[in-house]
Amino acid sequence: MDLDGLVSKVKENFPESILDASTFRGEVTLHLRAQDLLPICRFLHDDRELSYDYLTDLCGVDYYPQEPRFQVSYHLRAMRTRHQLRLKVSLPGVNPRVASVVSVWKGANWLEREAFDMFGITFDGHPDLRRILLTPDWEGHPLRKDYPLRGQIKAAGEEE
Amino acid sequence: MAKTETMIINMGPQHPSTHGVLRVILELDGEVAVNAIPDIGFLHRGLEKLAESKTYHQCIPLTDRLDYVAGMSNNLAYVLAVEKLLEIEVPPRAQAIRVLLCELQRIASHLFWLGTHAHDIGAMTPLFYSLRERDEILFLFEMVCGSRLTPSYFRVGGLAEDLPHGFEAQCREFIKTFPSRVDEYETLLTMNKIWMRRTQGVGVISAEEAINWSLSGPILRASNVNWDIRKAMPYSGYDNYEFIVPTGKNGDVYDRYLVRLMEMRQSNEIVRQVLAKMPAGEVRAENPKVVYPPREKVQESIEALIHHFHIASEGFPAPQGEVYTSIESPKGELGFYLISDGSSKPWRFRVRPPSFVNLGALPRLVKGMLIADVVAIIGSIDIVLAEVDR
Repeated sequence: MDLDGLVSKVKENFPESILDASTFRGEVTLHLRAQDLLPICRFLHDDRELSYDYLTDLCGVDYYPQEPRFQVSYHLRAMRTRHQLRLKVSLPGVNPRVASVVSVWKGANWLEREAFDMFGITFDGHPDLRRILLTPDWEGHPLRKDYPLRGQIKAAGEEE
Repeated sequence: MAKTETMIINMGPQHPSTHGVLRVILELDGEVAVNAIPDIGFLHRGLEKLAESKTYHQCIPLTDRLDYVAGMSNNLAYVLAVEKLLEIEVPPRAQAIRVLLCELQRIASHLFWLGTHAHDIGAMTPLFYSLRERDEILFLFEMVCGSRLTPSYFRVGGLAEDLPHGFEAQCREFIKTFPSRVDEYETLLTMNKIWMRRTQGVGVISAEEAINWSLSGPILRASNVNWDIRKAMPYSGYDNYEFIVPTGKNGDVYDRYLVRLMEMRQSNEIVRQVLAKMPAGEVRAENPKVVYPPREKVQESIEALIHHFHIASEGFPAPQGEVYTSIESPKGELGFYLISDGSSKPWRFRVRPPSFVNLGALPRLVKGMLIADVVAIIGSIDIVLAEVDR
């Protein structure tokens, strides 16, 4: 199914959810409204024709100092048709949260924990949202762009 | 009535069968594991953060240090992602050499897995044989790039240099003897009663569940899912070679063993085909702003010297956009997701690590198994903690 077919099929069911649809280097990206992410994921997974049954990857991105600051990227795949699709949601810099997709793809469990650990993005409905790579008492989220590569972490607002 | 409680015990992070610094918190009911909570991150080096401060070429040595028993595969996945972003076509000879080395790497990685996995379960002997053959491959790598584990041999747009003189002859020697060596391992394990009792029916996962857990690589194929990125979405010219994708039936530890053993034979076959139809020509694409010029040119042409200097110091700007590329690494699907803001350094450098995602299913695989099976199951996933933790 090409980009137009896919977009119209999702639009039929979720008329206002797609903010943007684009293709770059042959990769299809749908930019979604964050609050509709979970129902759309379930739809893409359950729909017999689309059947995006495989979650390849899930990760956070920080666009500091832009606002909305954060994005979460989902790479989906339909094993039968070999189609690949990227979903994106934008989240605000303050209290970024989005629904967890663990109920759709179990493989999202650790990937969401990693995005939480590295970016401080909260996944609502995640069964066990804890830090995964860093220790529980770690301060800050290293993959945020305002987290220094070396040296001490500065408290918010503190100057160099 | 006597009161019974489950017991929590700690396994690792210093435990020989966890293949590195993996800690598992086991909840036991007698000998049965009720739950297992993996605790990872002891080897976290902030690799994705580090890469954001490096140019695209400087990231290549970082990728060596992901899955350090499959450095060539890591290099390949990364340079393919950058090449996709920049739309660079790699010459056929470079593609063939990449396939050749990555298949040798697959054999080396599976050999290391075979030896250590069998050792975990109590079979001491296969380790000595499998490391003997693995060493031959590492010697070949040393010929090619001077390094056994961390090659950094692939470049954006091709290779660091062509294969050295005498490599092909030595490689032919290896692939001639290797199938009989696999036969040797099979005589030690495949029909071995103890091996079968320890691995059959252990850690079973169905095809649907394996897909839902995002498993990839031999562990997915052992659950009878015919999915191999080399076939499904061929890269680097894999569609020029004939090979089959082995799958298992039961999705247990034994089938994962069989799948990996068959994969080694297939890889050997691919290497043979690559050598038979190795194309001649350049090993680097013609793109002076991005691809390093050949050494001889740098020494005689001022223009080539300037290009070399620019690429090494400032790097090259990549067009704004984002790409995801994945390959079938020995452990499973290894992907790189690069976001470029138009500068010469990646804005986001994301690794999709097969070991990390596969290990995530450990609690599911372990539940209800005996404590001795936990060791067999961890081994069968084939993890490298450097890749899990990054």
